[in-house]
Amino acid sequence: MLFHIGRYFLMLRTLFSVPSKWNILWKRIVSELHIIGINSLPIVALMSSFMGGVIALQTASNMTTPLLPDYTVGYITQSSTILEFSPTIISLILAGKVGSNIASEVGTMRVTEQIDALEIMGVNSLNFLVLPKIVGAVIFFPILVIFSMALSLIGGWLALIFSDLTTTETYILGIRSFFNPFHITYALIKTVFFGFLIVSISSYYGYYVKGGSLDVGKASTQAVVSSTVAILIMNFLLTYLLLL
Amino acid sequence: MIEIKGVNKSFGKDQILFDINTVFEKGKVNLIIGQSGQGKSVLAKCMVGLHDVDDGEILYEGSDFTKMRSADKSKLRQEIGMLFQGSALFDSMNVEENIGFPLTMFTSMSKNEIQKRVDFCLERVNLVGKNKLLPSECSGGMQKRIGIARAISMNPKYLFCDEPNSGLDPKTAIVIDGLIQDITREYNMTTVVITHDMNSVIEIGENVLFIYQGKRWWQGDRKSIITTDNPEITNFVYASEFMKEIRANIQNSRN
Repeated sequence: MLFHIGRYFLMLRTLFSVPSKWNILWKRIVSELHIIGINSLPIVALMSSFMGGVIALQTASNMTTPLLPDYTVGYITQSSTILEFSPTIISLILAGKVGSNIASEVGTMRVTEQIDALEIMGVNSLNFLVLPKIVGAVIFFPILVIFSMALSLIGGWLALIFSDLTTTETYILGIRSFFNPFHITYALIKTVFFGFLIVSISSYYGYYVKGGSLDVGKASTQAVVSSTVAILIMNFLLTYLLLL
Repeated sequence: MIEIKGVNKSFGKDQILFDINTVFEKGKVNLIIGQSGQGKSVLAKCMVGLHDVDDGEILYEGSDFTKMRSADKSKLRQEIGMLFQGSALFDSMNVEENIGFPLTMFTSMSKNEIQKRVDFCLERVNLVGKNKLLPSECSGGMQKRIGIARAISMNPKYLFCDEPNSGLDPKTAIVIDGLIQDITREYNMTTVVITHDMNSVIEIGENVLFIYQGKRWWQGDRKSIITTDNPEITNFVYASEFMKEIRANIQNSRN
């Protein structure tokens, strides 16, 4: 365990060095924004819409007491979405999708000697391969999360309207009630950390894989598991530091 | 010229290389041969810096690679071309992007100049017009030739080839061997080929190093490897019964 942590930080040190050509780094970042970000939009949209709907319906189904105002459903949907669902659950989904993809891509490059080829040419392979992915994730994950928040709230609204459980006005009143803009900042800060962890941990497992295709598969699974654990721990720490 | 002086290498408790001393000459195809697991690839990887040596010196024109600063190593590596066993072409790039990659990374050449150089390298390996193919669309022999084209794109002083003929039919293997030999002479490079293909030894082995149990066991040229009486070499060169018969016939005809 200590060995992995030590090697992970050594990897980060090599990773954050000055690139040999800035224009190549920029091109690679744009490409990674597409692969990591744009390609994740459909899954984020699907998950967010349905989860927003489910949160709203579950909250409404539990609102049996007349003491709570009608707009509570909207308020709870808003706060669950912004505080936890969009930043954390979507990041966990992305750890599965993006993390496994990165670990297997980098791992395959390792076992097919493509990383050795880069090193022999004199290219800092970590800087060339991993840095653009990290920058891409750190830039695009917050955009995905804002997109997820919007779709989740729309999903909640549609579910409530079609189930005839509330009116549009009441729902909008609910999602505007007690709105704290810092919660958006908190969610975005969390997402930046989660994006960094997902990409760096997955790249770590891919980069140091040894063996063949079976080992790449194992590394990919290990990357998802470790990223998930890291996200949960970081989520706890950031919540403690930022909200209390 | 590359000089190896007293190189030892271990992985944990297993010592792989024992006090290797040798010279790989400029303008010649230098072969490292030996059975699998004897340390050939480890020696080559030490020479290009993929493994650190435990002790000893690896001298490129007199400069010790093992003691160079990281920036100097990177600079020297730009003078090294390498053909990998599995070609190691970048999957996400097409043929011309693969060949032009080192030029894009390390030179200030314009797009047109890079294109000209790529076309020249492709012509040199007889793959004119294959610029836009992806590595997955190329045969094994073509991938090796693309690998050679990428290796020579920067006009390297040193060329390393790790089992260039593995997985190729004998005819294509001879084509690849011929290409390596021609390029070595044309550019006056120091070429080091790791192989256990005896055809390659006979075809292009101008300076052959035989590694056995991690030690420099024998060194000579392709003619002397056929006639040597060193039992480890004869066991390697004449491994099959058929080859042993041929050796007996050669010896009988001499007598």
